[in-house]
Amino acid sequence: MAGEATKAIDPKELWAGGRSPFSLSYGKMMMWFFLISDALTFGGFLIMLGWFRYTSPSWPVSDQVFFHFPFTHAHVPLGYVALMTFILIISSVTMVLAVEAGHRMDKKKVIFWMAMTVIGGFVFLGSQAWEWQSFIVGPDGVFGTYDDTRFGANFLGGWKDGLPIPGPPQYAQIFYCVTGFHGFHVFSGVIINLVILINVIKGTYEKRGHYEMVEKGGLYWHFVDLVWVFVFTFFYLL
Amino acid sequence: MERDDIIEYSLDGHHSEEAGVKIRKKIYFVTILLSVITAVEVLVGAFLSKSVLADWENGDAIWEVIKYSYIILTLLKAGYIVLVFMHLGDERKSFKYTILVPYIILIAYAIFIFITESKAVADLNFT
Repeated sequence: MAGEATKAIDPKELWAGGRSPFSLSYGKMMMWFFLISDALTFGGFLIMLGWFRYTSPSWPVSDQVFFHFPFTHAHVPLGYVALMTFILIISSVTMVLAVEAGHRMDKKKVIFWMAMTVIGGFVFLGSQAWEWQSFIVGPDGVFGTYDDTRFGANFLGGWKDGLPIPGPPQYAQIFYCVTGFHGFHVFSGVIINLVILINVIKGTYEKRGHYEMVEKGGLYWHFVDLVWVFVFTFFYLL
Repeated sequence: MERDDIIEYSLDGHHSEEAGVKIRKKIYFVTILLSVITAVEVLVGAFLSKSVLADWENGDAIWEVIKYSYIILTLLKAGYIVLVFMHLGDERKSFKYTILVPYIILIAYAIFIFITESKAVADLNFT
């Protein structure tokens, strides 16, 4: 990118005050600092997952847990979560395209790509709702957060002779905790993007002379995608 | 009152039509890369999962390789998202390190200490 950040300026002058040594606006820098603290929270959650995994006597194998697919009873290991991941990556791409259009002051393109991003966010939220629903009241039993097989099918320990074996309740506890926290971030991200989209349509940023707000919202949205990349690996793959 | 001593950094991002074509090319390249990596991960996860490998002779050794390649692929994806999509690669070097270095040090330490501690707890519980 062009501009201040790529300009070679003597460090002495850069750090002498009167300007941002990072060549960044205040809002964008603070968004980065917020994302760092949020990333530490998610890092803590994933480390907690590692802790419980080590200290539990058994741990489910993910392809025996995540095999549901909507409108079918077929056994599709990791199929649905692959779809969800793809949706989130694509909505991240539409967001970065909106940022790029904003840099050219192309209002129409910004509106189009922002709208796509919001739609992608809602689709992802709906997918997650369906996944939770299939785990809580789904056809294959309860994704239990407690040690209880009263409902006959806490399938977390895997399957034996066609019957589910009870698994460690910590698995489901951390699953709901982490995907729920991530889902809440997606939800707030969709709301932020929606507000920015309305402002773009109203021409607020056109008047301001730059679309940096789209860029800041975009940073948050990419961060949500980034967290999902890690959640996907550590929950669904390993 | 307008202030004229403030540098408007928000305008830095602006680029021309031709530069936009180049940037979009890069975005599409990263999109394809991320999709391919995800597809490979899912296919390996579905067809070479732990439950499949359990029946294999040297399944454990293969799983070790798959496990670490998952982590490397994830870090690769994360790198592309942070450096290209979030434009951290285009910022000043001082800012890049301000963001990345403290985070990496803290997380590396936390992973090390929690894995060590949980191994100790597991040893107490199961042996």
